[in-house]
Amino acid sequence: MSSSLYRIPGGTAGLVAAGAQMAQAAHEAHPPADAIAAPPRTVAEVLAQSQVEAVLDELDRDLIGLAPVKARIRDIAALLVIDRLRSAHGLAAQNPSLHMCFTGNPGTGKTTVALRMAEILHRLGYIRKGHLVAVTRDDLVGQYIGHTAPKTKEILKKAMGGVLFIDEAYYLYRPENERDYGQEAIEILLQVMENQRDDLVVILAGYKDRMDTFFQSNPGLSSRIAHHLDFPDYQVDELLHIGDRMLAQQHYRFGPGARDAFNDYLQRRLQQPHFANARSVRNALDRARLRQASRLFQDRHRELGADDLSTIDAADIRASRLFAGDTAPQAA
Amino acid sequence: MMTNPTGRLTQGQFSFLPDLTDDEILKQIEYGLKKGYAWSVEYTDDPHPRNTYWDMYGHPMFDLADAAGVLMELRGCRQAFPQHYIRLLAFDSSRGVESVAMSFIVNRPAREPGFYLERTELDGRNLRYTTRSYAADRPEGERYGDGA
Repeated sequence: MSSSLYRIPGGTAGLVAAGAQMAQAAHEAHPPADAIAAPPRTVAEVLAQSQVEAVLDELDRDLIGLAPVKARIRDIAALLVIDRLRSAHGLAAQNPSLHMCFTGNPGTGKTTVALRMAEILHRLGYIRKGHLVAVTRDDLVGQYIGHTAPKTKEILKKAMGGVLFIDEAYYLYRPENERDYGQEAIEILLQVMENQRDDLVVILAGYKDRMDTFFQSNPGLSSRIAHHLDFPDYQVDELLHIGDRMLAQQHYRFGPGARDAFNDYLQRRLQQPHFANARSVRNALDRARLRQASRLFQDRHRELGADDLSTIDAADIRASRLFAGDTAPQAA
Repeated sequence: MMTNPTGRLTQGQFSFLPDLTDDEILKQIEYGLKKGYAWSVEYTDDPHPRNTYWDMYGHPMFDLADAAGVLMELRGCRQAFPQHYIRLLAFDSSRGVESVAMSFIVNRPAREPGFYLERTELDGRNLRYTTRSYAADRPEGERYGDGA
């Protein structure tokens, strides 16, 4: 072999030069991949290349309500698209910090939006793999000294190239116990959020008021999160739409009067404590399905068509304990 | 005549090549992950060819999606043991294989004195050969200079 790629100690420097020439030739023969695909010039080109528009449309179509959240996601997507165009012109900008915080009451769609967010960021090329790792305090914080750091790091390593979604993040910090290991997990998290911004996007989620106190006691964390998204509660008509959607997915539908009954039910349920938005809708519909099943079960000898099997009657909904005080005849 | 002109340890893959850069290491890790291998980081300051099992740095990394996680662990190991040999291992857990599929050195001490071939004369004209690392004379942690 005339040109060795390594230098023999005490040998001539010429060999190294020969190696460098070879490397040069190889470089010319295979231009870098960027040079082949022309850099995008218009927003439309970026959108076409990344197909992010499809995800945004899907987001609009599949998720009901959440107007402020959707607007914010479009803003973020727009910034990322413009950054791509800028980089094509050599206008280097620091990669934007994409860590986010989702606050909102239970059942407002935080996890669902986080999943979509992972896909959007992946299509725009800001995270390499686009997977979502959803964790809670138990996955990050250990039970004894020296347990927390490896545990947190393992999760972080798994989430690299994707999105780390920390649900109910405020549980990480327990001020009432000063020897709590949560603080250690937060410090490791902070370090990685700062140093490996290109590798990982962290989304914290939780109830608004508790997240606010959490951030007050951890100002370092709050300042490293660029996007605070607040998920509003759903209105009754939005909840009704969500109910329609859920039933359709499971091949059920409202029978005559049942949708009005469900509207009544939601009005009453909203007044009760522990209302969990879409989650409560799902639970209510699951209970209605139970009642429909036992109603059909009563008629042993009736022939049941697909129509009977997939219809939720008004009576199935009005049998709920929320209507228990009523003496209205239709509740029977 | 020198039998090992570069004076470098040659074990595992790529060991006759110049040291891989971090970008090149990332590509190798990515390849392994695509194959479904689990990576782990190992280090030693006793690189005798018969010393098969080095010390593990952290746990083996299963279920990783991206190479950045492995590189993070490697950087941690380099910081803790800058003057040790560090290698990356890829374990293939598929049935029937269940063994190390890739292994290459990713960190070396600044000075690698190499090995001494000791010849012991036995009865008749028999010889017994022993390979001894020049560096392993000193206690563990002091073999390749400062920095652990």
